[in-house]
Amino acid sequence: MAATTNRDVTSLGSTVPVMPPELIRQAPEGVPSKEISYQEAIREALREEMLRDERVFLMGEDIGKHGGAFGVTRTLFDQFGPARVRNTPISENTIVGAATGAALVGMRPVIEIMFVDFSGLAMDQICTQAAKLRFMTGGQCKVPWVLRMPQGGGAGKSTAAQHSQSLEAWYAHIPGLKVVLPSTPYDAKGLMKAAIRDDNPVIFLEQKFLYSFRGLVPESDYVLPLGKCDIKRPGSDITIVASGYMVWHAMMAAHILAEEGVSVEVIDVCTIAPLDEETIGQSARKTGRVVLVSEACRDYGPANEWGMVVMERAFEYLQAPVVRVTGRHTPIPFANSIENGVWPDTPAVVNACRSVLNW
Amino acid sequence: MEIEHDILMEMYRRMVRIREFELAAMDLFKRGQVKGAIHLYIGQEASGVGVCLALRKEDLIAGTHRSHGHNLAKGADPKRMMAEILGKETGYCKGRGGSMHIAAFETGSLGALAVVGSGIPLAVGAALAFQMRGEDRVAVPFTGEAGSNTGNWHEGLNMASVWNLPVVFVLENNHYGVSTNIEDVVKVKDLSQRALAYGIPGIRVDGFDVVAVYRAALQAVERARRGEGPTLLVTESYRFEGHYAGEPEVYRTRAEVKEYRKKDPIPRFRNDVVNDGLAKPAELDAINAEIKQEIADAVQYARQSPEPAPSTAMEYIYA
Repeated sequence: MAATTNRDVTSLGSTVPVMPPELIRQAPEGVPSKEISYQEAIREALREEMLRDERVFLMGEDIGKHGGAFGVTRTLFDQFGPARVRNTPISENTIVGAATGAALVGMRPVIEIMFVDFSGLAMDQICTQAAKLRFMTGGQCKVPWVLRMPQGGGAGKSTAAQHSQSLEAWYAHIPGLKVVLPSTPYDAKGLMKAAIRDDNPVIFLEQKFLYSFRGLVPESDYVLPLGKCDIKRPGSDITIVASGYMVWHAMMAAHILAEEGVSVEVIDVCTIAPLDEETIGQSARKTGRVVLVSEACRDYGPANEWGMVVMERAFEYLQAPVVRVTGRHTPIPFANSIENGVWPDTPAVVNACRSVLNW
Repeated sequence: MEIEHDILMEMYRRMVRIREFELAAMDLFKRGQVKGAIHLYIGQEASGVGVCLALRKEDLIAGTHRSHGHNLAKGADPKRMMAEILGKETGYCKGRGGSMHIAAFETGSLGALAVVGSGIPLAVGAALAFQMRGEDRVAVPFTGEAGSNTGNWHEGLNMASVWNLPVVFVLENNHYGVSTNIEDVVKVKDLSQRALAYGIPGIRVDGFDVVAVYRAALQAVERARRGEGPTLLVTESYRFEGHYAGEPEVYRTRAEVKEYRKKDPIPRFRNDVVNDGLAKPAELDAINAEIKQEIADAVQYARQSPEPAPSTAMEYIYA
C-alpha cells in the first residue's frame, strides 16, 4: 500500500486532457460568463468588494504600484490610491496585528504576506492574538480580516525551501481561524468575496502555480459559501478528496480512469477549515473507496485529517483501506530533477486509485 | 495648567479603587479562590490613572497580562472585573479570559493580550482606522519596559511614526521583566531615547506622580488628536509585588522594595493635595470609605455569580 511514493505508472491512456474541462467551465450554465485567470479572479473580487464596501482596504509589502509578489493587486493602487492600497514596512507580525486592530474598530482589512513561508514571522498575531480575541473576551469583539498568502509549488518553479511550502495545516489546527484554498478562478473569486464578508479572521491561500490557469466566472456578483466542500465531478466507484492544485491532478486522473470505465467522484476541499465533514463522509459511504491527495508534506498533514473523517463517518462502508497521496516529508529542493519528485502528480493519483480499486 | 478639582478627586478615586481591588484580589488568591495567576499593578496606579484620565471614552487602550489597573483606570466596573478574575459568567469576558485577558470593551478597549508586546500592533491598526476615517480618536497601548525589546514594539513604533498615526505608546518602567532587570537587557538608561530611532517625541515622567503623568499624557494625546503623530511616553515606576502574586522575588532585595514603597503614589498624592489646599482630608476619607464598600460589593457579586455552563464551552470561537 505504498501509494504515496509509487510512481510506476505504465499506462496512462491516450487522451490525457491538458486541463480538466470541468474546472474551466465551472461557472453555472446559462449565466453570462467570461474567461479569466485565477490571479485575475482574486483581483476582481478585491476590486468589487472595495467598490461595494469602503471599510475594505488592502495592506502589505509592495502591493502598491508593484502589485504584490505575484501581481495580484496590480492596477488597484491606481484605482483606489495609497490609503486603501497600502504599502507597508517589512513587518509581517505588525501587518497582521494592525489588521486586527483595524478590524476591531470596524474595518475589513485584506492583507498580503508575500509567501506563506514568511508567515512564521506573524504566527503570534495570527494564531495567538487574532484567532483567540473573540473567544477570550467572551464575544465582546470580532476580527473580520482576510490574510492572503501565495503558497505551494509546481513543476519547474524552483523557488526552493523557503518560498514553496504548503502550510494550510498550520492554520487549520488553530480554533478561531478559517482557512481557504481555492483551486479554480470561479472558486477563487467567489470564496474571496465570502472571506471578505465573513466576520472572522480568514487565511486565504493562493496556489501560485494556479495564478495563470484560466476558467469561466460569471459576469455578475456571486459569493460561494465558506465551510463547504465542492463536488468537482460526481462519480460512484471511488472518491478522490483533494485541495488546491491537487484538484487538477485528481480531475485528470478521473478522466484517465473514466476511459477504463471507472466512475470517480472528486471532492474539492476548498475550505480547509472548518472542514465540511458531511460531504466527505457522504461520498465515502457512497463509493466505499477513498484516495486523499494533498500537496502539503505528509506527516500530520491535511490528508490525514480527511482520512480520519472517512474513518469516523464511513468505516463500515469501506471496501478498501484509505490511501493518501501527498507531498513527501521534505523541505522543497531547488533542482528540478528532485523538485518534481516531491509533489504528487497525475500518475501518482491514478496509481493510488488503481491500488484501491484492485485491493 | 490648573487641574480641576473633579479630576483631582477622580485621580484619587481611581488609584484607590485599583489598590483596593487588587488587595482584595490578592486576598482571594491567597485563599485559593482565584485560579491561575494574577499579575498585580500595586505601586503603578498613578501611571494608568494619569494616562486614562487624559483620554476620552472613545479612545482605546490595549492592555497586557497586568491590566486590572488599566481597565479600572479607563472606567471599568469593579463588579464585572472581579467576576472575571473568579472565572464567572458575569465577568467582562464571561469567564473565558480571566485576569490575564481582562478587557472591558464598553469603556474603550482593544483587549488585554498576555504575550509581551502583542498589543502594540493592535493599537497601531486601530489608529490607522481612525486616521482613514478622519476620526480624532487616539489608541494607547500599554507595555512594560521589557516589552520595548520585542519585535512588535519596534515594528509598531516604526509603522505608527511613518504613517503619523494617533498612538500614544505608554511604556511603564517597573524595572523588571519577570526577574530580569531592564539594565541587563537595554543599553540606554533613559528608555524614552528609543523614540529617537523613530523620529517621534519621547517623554519621560515620574510614574509615581499621577499629576505629572496626566499632564504628560494630555500633551501626547493632544498631539495625536491634532494629527501630528505618535509619542512614546515612559512612566518611571515600580511594582511593589512580585511578577505574579506569590512569586518568590529572588532577584531583588527587600531593602530595594522598601525604598520604592516610600514613593507610593497614593499617600503621596493625598499629602500633595491636602498640603496644597486642593482637597480636605475628610473628602478623601469619604472616597476611601466609598471604594472599600464598592470593592466589598464587587467581591460579593463575583462570589455569588454563576460559573459558565460546561455546555457553553464551544461558544465565541467564531463570530
